[in-house]
This record gives sequence, structure tokens and C-alpha cells, in this order.
Amino acid sequence: MTIPLEPQHATGVPTARDDDEPGVSLWRAAWRRMIRNPAAIAGALIVLAFALVAIFAPLLAPYSEGVQDWRGDVTPSDVPGPRDGNLLGVDRYGADLFSQIIYGARQSLIVGVVSTAGGLAVGALLGIIAGGLGKMADTIVMRIVDIMLSIPSLLLAVSIVAVLGQERKSVMIAIAAAQVPIFARLLRGSMLAQRNADYVLAANSLGLRRRTIVMSHVLPNSLGPTIVQATLNLATAIIEVAALSYLGLGGGDLAEAEWGRMLVAAQDRFDESPQLAFGPGIAILISALGFTLLGEGLRDALDPKGRR
Amino acid sequence: MVGGGGGDDSSDSSPYPSGEMLLSVRDLRVVFGRNSKHQRQVVAVDEVSFDVDRGQHLGLVGESGSGKSVTSLAVMGLLPRRGVKVSGEVLFAGENLLTASERRMRAVRGRDIAMIFQDPMTSLNPVLTIGTQLEEVIESHRKLDSGAARKKAGELLEMVAMPDAGHRLKDYPHQLSGGMRQRVLIAIALANEPRLIIADEPTTALDVTIQAQVLEILKQVVADTGTALIMITHDLGVVAGLCDSVRVMYQGRVVEAAPRRPLFAEPRHPYTNGLLASVPRLDTPRGEPLTPIPGSPTDVLSWSKGCAFAPRCPNRVDECEQTAPRLEESGARSLRCYNPVEHARRGVSA
Repeated sequence: MTIPLEPQHATGVPTARDDDEPGVSLWRAAWRRMIRNPAAIAGALIVLAFALVAIFAPLLAPYSEGVQDWRGDVTPSDVPGPRDGNLLGVDRYGADLFSQIIYGARQSLIVGVVSTAGGLAVGALLGIIAGGLGKMADTIVMRIVDIMLSIPSLLLAVSIVAVLGQERKSVMIAIAAAQVPIFARLLRGSMLAQRNADYVLAANSLGLRRRTIVMSHVLPNSLGPTIVQATLNLATAIIEVAALSYLGLGGGDLAEAEWGRMLVAAQDRFDESPQLAFGPGIAILISALGFTLLGEGLRDALDPKGRR
Repeated sequence: MVGGGGGDDSSDSSPYPSGEMLLSVRDLRVVFGRNSKHQRQVVAVDEVSFDVDRGQHLGLVGESGSGKSVTSLAVMGLLPRRGVKVSGEVLFAGENLLTASERRMRAVRGRDIAMIFQDPMTSLNPVLTIGTQLEEVIESHRKLDSGAARKKAGELLEMVAMPDAGHRLKDYPHQLSGGMRQRVLIAIALANEPRLIIADEPTTALDVTIQAQVLEILKQVVADTGTALIMITHDLGVVAGLCDSVRVMYQGRVVEAAPRRPLFAEPRHPYTNGLLASVPRLDTPRGEPLTPIPGSPTDVLSWSKGCAFAPRCPNRVDECEQTAPRLEESGARSLRCYNPVEHARRGVSA
């Protein structure tokens, strides 16, 4: 049986490829690889949809947030399920479940993005200090990171919320803090690997300043895995937001819809009204899946082994 | 922006006294590892001395592991500080670089001495355009606005005969062929008009036709700029075309030192002789087997028990296995051998 030699297989030879037009950076080449990956596209679409839903929640939701117009229909033994006017039924407080889920996307997205960005910023800074400054800084920073890593991330987040008080700000700080060691470790590791690269030796042989070498040679070549991790961490952050709310540590305005809190409310009525749990549960699942698929797609696109 | 501190410019303006060599390496010794129960020291380079004068081209020849690359890294001060002991003297224009501060070395590197590395595929930063990388080097050692630096970068690419030089500045390394990347590396080395370029096997990673092109370009630019050159290679053909004098290294020591012509006409050390004999020649009859040097380099510590080349040497005498020969000077040549090759009988010119 002969294997048809498709153009993409023929590119094993290091000749010019379609990626290799003048001015095509590695990042752009990675982008082109990513948009050919169906899983990455699916992830990107989910993330995009999630973001749009969060931003345009007031336009998309049939009813406003926290409107509990159907309170009269809710009895201790019965919560109305899907019916005319309430696509997924109403929740235990008489609010439209579908609208609540849509508004819940806002909380998850804001907290997830802000806390991951915070974790990334602090973690990357620590990583650069550890990976770029030298042995002493490396030892000090990494021992601190080791201590942070020795505490399970959710437990760390729970303790921070407990200390700082139950506010949305402290939830963000808590989730960010739990992510700091992951980013610090990852960035430091890839920077150390890059420090032995030939072009870093070459840069040293040309008398470039250390700062230049770290910032313009070592760092940009080390960012790939960190960006991938940030995307994957968004998924974790969304789950952790829900988990903290589920544990009653979510903070924030109780009138604001929040997926984790919706799950708590649903749990003791799970036998009679499973739709109360499925709605927010599936929302958490799909949004986390979207970020995970996108992250995996990014990883494949940025992985040097994927390049020829 | 000037890369180093205040005293940097002094060496530029004060020409060194006449008679002083541009680079003078004295008894260079590089030892890896610490002496302990678990670790054995490895002497990578020992008793290496050579001089390079302005505009002179020196060839350092030897097979893998002979210490030639370590020598060049030691001269540049680029060996790791931990676990490596470097002793001897590396005098650059009279200044001992081995005792110079790291800050001072950063000012010297790239401005006074530049290096061209072996593998053009990995010696360029993949995420920066070659224009950026050229400008970075130019701007790190002198004050230039970015427009002037960009112009200079374009000129450098033209100097190394880069096709379509103006447009190449915006290219990333992966868009260039190996030969073009090596030209970029040569251009980067030339960026600050160094007085000495160390080329560490600059053509090894290239295919043969490109090797010739790149060598021709290198030869041209060092001739045009009057830059001194240390060419590190295992390829005697490269040396023959480029170098004024040659040091042949074996197992970390110089075994033969000579100006180019006498070395090629009358190689005296059996190792040099074997290297020359092993080069395939066009005038050898078809079917004739090649002439290899038997065996392979043994232990790096092997100079402690006589001559390291003795196990592979056709001229071996008893003395070779007793004590290591010293490098004996005679006229312009030096030789580390008890029983050198005699040339009345050999007839190289035939």
C-alpha cells in the first residue's frame, strides 16, 4: 500500500514552508499551527462564547439578575422545573435559573481572569528573579515557593480567605496566591534551560549586558510553557472560585449569581430537582473544558518538538 | 550605551607598546572538576601557549576533545566559574584577561574580541529578527540612535555578501538557510570592529559547497578589516586556505606549532603527519583505501604517563611511554616529540 505524500508530510525537509514568508515570527507560525488544530478551535470558541455571555449577560438573559418573581411557585417540596417562561425552571429562591446561570458567567470570568493574571504577574516576577539573577536569589525564591507548594492549593486559598475575610477581593487574592508557585517554578525552569542555549552563550560572547540577555534572549524563549499554563490555570481558577463558594467562602454580594453557590443551594434537593445542580455544574464543566482545550492547543502549537 | 564602566575606553585610545602581541596566551591550563573521592579531575587544556599578532591568522587544529574549544572559551572568560580552574595568562594587548572582572570582560567581549560559534542553527535567538540581534550588539558597545544602528546592521549584512541584505533585517533566523545564518553570525562578530575574532569551527555544521562560500567571506572580511583571527578547526583544508601559522593540539596540549607552509610541507609530529595523510586527495588512485590514524584519543589524563599519542603513534619509541615529551622550540617551529617524522625519506612534494 502506498502512502500518499501530502504536502504537509513533505515538509520534513528543512526547506521553505508556508510559514516561512519574510517577517513570520515564531508566534505567528504558532498561531497558524493552532488554527489548524480542531480541538484548539473548539476550545477557543467555547472561551469566546463564555466571554461574550459574561459581557452581554444583561442582553442575553431573559430576566435581570436576582429577580425572584416566581417565589410564590417555590414550595419546600417542589421547585418548578423547565416550563414556559422559565427555560430551565426556577431556583430555590424563585429566580429564573437560566438567567442566573448566564449572570454567573460574569463572576467566574472576572474572578478567574483577575486571579490568574495576578498569579501570573507575581509568579512570573518571582520566576524571573530566580531564573535570571543568579544562584543566591534562586535559592531564596525557590525555597519560598517550595513552602507555598507544600500546602495544597485549595487549602491555601481557604486559609487566605479565612484570614482576609469573605470578600470577592480576598477570593481573588487567595486563588492568585495558590497559582503563584506554579508560575514561578515553571518560568524559572524554562529560563534555566534556556540559559544553556547556544544563543545565550553567543550573546555572552558578544558582551551584551546581563539584563539584556535575560530580558530579550532568555525570557522570550521561556514564555511558551507559562502562557500555556496560564490558560490551563484559568480552568482551575474557575473551578476554585466555585469550590470556595461551595464551601461558603465565596464572599461577594449574595444577590449576585455565582455557580458555586448555586451548586450548594442545589445539593440538598438533588433527588427531587436535579436540574438545579446540572445547570451550573455543566456551565462550570464547559467553561473549564474550553480553557483546557485552548491551553492544550496552545501547548501543541508552541511546543518546539512540534516544529520541524 | 556603553556596556561597561568608566575605565573602558582607555584601552581603545592607548595603543599597546610596539612589540607587544595582540593576544598572548601563556601556559594556559584548564581543569574541570574537583579532586575528591567521587570525582576525578579532568585536565582539558594544559601548557598551551601561543601568540597572535595584529592582523595575523592562527589556526588551532585538533580532533574532538583536543581542547581547542575550551581554549577559546577560556580566552573569552566564558567558562563556568564553578568547578573549573583556569590558570596561566591570557594577555590581550598586555592586559591579563584571566584576572579581569566580569564587568571588564563584558566590555572586552564583542568589542575587542568577538566569537563565531560552530552551529549557526542554534547560535541565533529564534524569537528575534536578525536586524534586532545585530542592532542589540551594535548598541551594547557604543552610543548610536536606533536609526543609525539599523543602517549599520544593513551595512554589516552587505559586508558578508548577504543576498537581499536590506530585506533580510526583518527576517527571523528560521527563515534563513544555514549558510545565511553563519553569515549573520559573522556580521554580528564584526559589528563592533573587534581586533580579534575567534571562529570556533565556523563551517563544521555547513555542507561542503556552503563551507567554501562562508570561508571565502570570512577571509574577505578579515582581510578588509585587518582583524586578527583564531580559526579553530579539525579541518586542515580550512587552515591551509586561511591561516598564517598553526598550532596542532592533541589531548589538551600543543604537539606541534609552525608557520603554515613548513607545517604542510614537512609535518614533523607523527600526529600532524597522520592528519595530513588522512585527508583524501584527488590524485589518489581509485579504490585506494584512505589512511586513517589508528585508534582513538584515550584518556584526557593520559599525558601523565608518557606521550598521550604514543598508543596510536607509528613512530613510538620506548621513551614515549616513560615521560611526556616537552614542547621544544627550534627556529619558528616547536615540537613535542622524541621521534619526529624525518622528511628526507618522506617526499611530501611528490
